[in-house]
Amino acid sequence: MIKYMLKSGIRMILLIIAISIAAFFIMEISPIDPLQTNIGQTALGIMSQEQIEKLQNYWGTNENAVKRYIEWITDFISGDMGISLLYRQPVYHVITQRLTNSIWILCIAWLLSGIFGVALGIISATKEGSILDKVIKGIAILFSSTPVFWFALIVLMIFSVWLKWFPIGFSIPIGVMTEDVTLLNKIHHGILPTFVLSIVGMPNIILHTREKMNDILKSDYILFAKALGKTKKQIILQHGIRNVLLPAITLQFASISEIVSGSILAEQVFSYPGLGQIAVTAGLGGDMPLLLAVVVICSCFVCGGNFLADMIYHIIDPRIQLKGKNT
Amino acid sequence: MKKRIIWIIFVLCAFVIAGYFCKEYALVTDFTNKNISPCIRYPFGTDWMGRNLFFRTLRGISISILIGVTSASISTMIAILFGTVSAFGNKEIDTIIVWLIDFMMGLPHILLLIVVSIAAGRDIKGVILSISLTHWTSLARLIRSELLQLKASTYIQVAEKLGKSKFYLFQKHMIPHILPQCITGWILLFPHTILHESSITFLGFGLKSNQPAIGILLSESMQYIVTGRWWLAVFPGCVLVFVVLLFYDIGKCFQKYYEQKSGV
Repeated sequence: MIKYMLKSGIRMILLIIAISIAAFFIMEISPIDPLQTNIGQTALGIMSQEQIEKLQNYWGTNENAVKRYIEWITDFISGDMGISLLYRQPVYHVITQRLTNSIWILCIAWLLSGIFGVALGIISATKEGSILDKVIKGIAILFSSTPVFWFALIVLMIFSVWLKWFPIGFSIPIGVMTEDVTLLNKIHHGILPTFVLSIVGMPNIILHTREKMNDILKSDYILFAKALGKTKKQIILQHGIRNVLLPAITLQFASISEIVSGSILAEQVFSYPGLGQIAVTAGLGGDMPLLLAVVVICSCFVCGGNFLADMIYHIIDPRIQLKGKNT
Repeated sequence: MKKRIIWIIFVLCAFVIAGYFCKEYALVTDFTNKNISPCIRYPFGTDWMGRNLFFRTLRGISISILIGVTSASISTMIAILFGTVSAFGNKEIDTIIVWLIDFMMGLPHILLLIVVSIAAGRDIKGVILSISLTHWTSLARLIRSELLQLKASTYIQVAEKLGKSKFYLFQKHMIPHILPQCITGWILLFPHTILHESSITFLGFGLKSNQPAIGILLSESMQYIVTGRWWLAVFPGCVLVFVVLLFYDIGKCFQKYYEQKSGV
């Protein structure tokens, strides 16, 4: 078990490093000129060749890219993520601030979509063919075909503009000092993004759970259980849920990537100052240090999630462990 | 089933053709008729520059469909190539490709799209490139595992022992099995590519704002939502969802059709 853990842990770290390398070199080949974005085009235009060279030496833009990557990643690991060009603050500072805004929304949405998704999937599968099943399936398909940002827009329109229940954007009220912001204010601002993200994460989980549960209910051991005279409720509780739980867990952890994706879009619509919004701002503004940091942190989330799923899987189902030992 | 597929394709083609003819109308500005809510003359209303939202939506959806189909096709080709090479190549190549798939899946989709489209330049080519490069992974994985399963199956091994060449095996036994899956996989990619195209455009990394793409229309509508111009956001989105559902439906029809045919 420990050996396996180490092995997948190392694999995960290698993957994150590879992603950071790829992201770094993709930025490298992008048409964005680091000097120009840093000091502006007009300033660059009036500078003499000597001054430009001096600056290039100062920032090391004319150095070898590999060398620069190694410097960047060593600094990054020790906590120095560079200075954000747009915010003129250390990247570390900007990121931690935004991450605290985002993380609780992401976590709540992730849990809610998982719990309700699995529950609805199971209900839908046990009542296969009924109107309830068709309604759940239809809504799930409809929502999986709906772009996240459009759904967020519609929600914003209904609940903020029309009904005026919730604020139009941001994580805290406008015109209030930071010290005066209460927890209630924050929750009030976070409800709509959380709602949108939980709904958006659900359809995939519903459809997959439903399919898995349907497969299970058609299996031989369920037939046998029926022959033993167990009621439908007993079968679902004793056999169905246990077996559907494993794929559900994998799916739940795999959906981290989707939730983070969704949060980038939803935060943009609700102008919620979170990690997703910052990724967009950094991307549009050519703020490479910030974007790179966001990329690395998001990949840590996703890869870490997959790693956790793998571990939980092994703890819950000892059969897989055995298989791992033999091969 | 077949009738349904033909109908859906007909509707989709109609969208594309209508969009083609709306090219000029979509850009006509008329400041005497701005901010009109939906009526008979302007079914989707007009925006703050008096542009007819109905034509703009049609134009936008046709652009979205074309980009979606193009990038889904490129993605499928990459998936087929990598899936087959991975299943038939030696162990090192297989490891590299499996690792590459994990690698692509290690970042949230939208973030990956942002990064690639920054590198590729923010225009229509960049969008197609970034979407094509990011959507092949799950199909490649599917093709790889199917081929590996086929390779291990008895009838293929018997045929191999009978001295049939690798090419013969591939052409006679594997392609007929794998092709339906490639086709359904290809069609079921459309909803994803179209949704991601509009998302990335909405965020500002995709098409330029002079193109009336659905993402552009919706991001423009964001500024007017507070003033109660709901039609700017509602109609383009509805049309987009409708088209995505149509593509999803074709995919499902194909899946059912092949399942019936092969008797699974």
